Amino acid sequence: MDTVVLENISKSYIKDAPPALENVSFSVKKGELFGLIGPDGAGKSTIFRILTTLLLSDAGKATVAGYDVVKDFHQIRSCVGYMPGRFSLYQDLTVEENLNFFATLFGTTITENYALIKDIYEQIAPFKNRRAGKLSGGMKQKLALSCALVHRPEVLFLDEPTTGVDAVSRQEFWDMLKRLKNEGITIVVSTPYMDEASLCERIALIQTGHILSIDTPDNIVAAYPGKLYALRSPKVHLLLPDTRSYEGIRQCYAAGEKLHVAFKEDGKDHPAQLLTYLKSKGHQTVAIQEIRPDIEDCFIEKLSNPK
Amino acid sequence: MNNKAITCKDLTKRFRDFFAVNHISFEVEQGEIFGFLGANGAGKTTAMRMLCGLSYPTSGEATVAGFNVFKQQEEIKKNIGYMSQKFSLYESLTVRENIRFYGGVYGLSDKQLKEKGDELIEKLGMQQEAKMMVGSLPLGWKQKLAFSVAIIHQPRIVFLDEPTGGVDPVTRRQFWDLIYDAAERGITVFVTTHYMDEAEYCNRISIMVDGRIDALDTPANLRQQFGATSMNEVFYALARSAKRSAD
Repeated sequence: MDTVVLENISKSYIKDAPPALENVSFSVKKGELFGLIGPDGAGKSTIFRILTTLLLSDAGKATVAGYDVVKDFHQIRSCVGYMPGRFSLYQDLTVEENLNFFATLFGTTITENYALIKDIYEQIAPFKNRRAGKLSGGMKQKLALSCALVHRPEVLFLDEPTTGVDAVSRQEFWDMLKRLKNEGITIVVSTPYMDEASLCERIALIQTGHILSIDTPDNIVAAYPGKLYALRSPKVHLLLPDTRSYEGIRQCYAAGEKLHVAFKEDGKDHPAQLLTYLKSKGHQTVAIQEIRPDIEDCFIEKLSNPK
Repeated sequence: MNNKAITCKDLTKRFRDFFAVNHISFEVEQGEIFGFLGANGAGKTTAMRMLCGLSYPTSGEATVAGFNVFKQQEEIKKNIGYMSQKFSLYESLTVRENIRFYGGVYGLSDKQLKEKGDELIEKLGMQQEAKMMVGSLPLGWKQKLAFSVAIIHQPRIVFLDEPTGGVDPVTRRQFWDLIYDAAERGITVFVTTHYMDEAEYCNRISIMVDGRIDALDTPANLRQQFGATSMNEVFYALARSAKRSAD
């Protein structure tokens, strides 16, 4: 049996408003690193709160480590680790006091599972007598992760651990997750950063309470309909409206220093015809090249063509 | 007097022996989109607070919209707009009430408030939602509204602190359309972001490391200078050298 299973989970917070989750189903295998990828308001935190038994769903069924999230909430609470999106440790306790507190709650000690948190905790150990509220953002994140791991959970739930974190620290965090995965811990992690999707084994793309697709990052990219091209020009911003005005265009949007373009049909001559068209609009030095879509391209495609 | 939106020379903020901002110097042209990047803890927020007239520098010189950051903080506040992802609009006020409130704070007259309010609601296509609580709007709409409200008084400069954090990729791009639109109308845009693709949309960017500005140029020139294919690589190359721990 899979470690995390959701079957047709629905949840509404406000009557008459669109539901936060509607018929969400997916499962996570034992030892998997699974990503929930979607923007704010997609329903990621609601999923975590249901799975950690902090919130009841309106409909559907879910199990974690074989336990039912409603009936067996006691068992679930002792075998999962949860790092909520908002920093939720005790600000007035020191680093060491926080860690000790969570170890005691779970009936264990810091030393019992120290090997698991050693790499992470050693980075903040020099500040172990500092109050948690006085830590920097990066250190708070490491302390929260240490506290979520102190009882060696079977499943680790991480709700947007890298939001607002700079690119370098984000990469370090993902390196830590890979090490934890190798320890056999099942990890469900959410992120609004599409570029982090490729670091997961499987992902669910999620938007306004609906799953858009679930697969490995490679398979999601491979399922991109048709070809995707990158346009380069010294004046990309001026190129955007003109490219969009070309009739055969299905998608055209900015992507860093390039434009990404997909045609309604993948005819062989279409790229050349587009360049001719753009030349007539005064764009003399445009280069076009077929590229491999990334997860963000797939997400944009799914948003514009939901089915 | 000058036409620069921002001038900054050796601007420094020291907390005891810690240089949060360490002698930074740069200028931003009127109408420019200026990206202000840096790792957590590099000093971006401290620098921005000084430029917005919220905190006195320890030393150095700076002008914002032509006003001195030491002597004319109140003038600066009147001539800038500010929006952050964390706090922007009042969720339990309606769209129109938020516009009224912020327009009033920025000193618009009742007549201007009415005109500008109508214009803004129409431009955003929010006629249906004008009487809805902001809290019930999707995040992307909130952010677009927050930005429009931040420039309702036609400031010379708008400061955007991670305006697109957590926003979906389609809405993120629509947000940048609004930024370009504002820049074309002559409003200088000073923006921070953790999305490296967005750095490419700026005319010029600076990257702060440990309180200093270690790089400042157009995205294309920076990529060339660092022999990188993307802004991400440039950022890594610089931020890796940081000695200071995050935030």
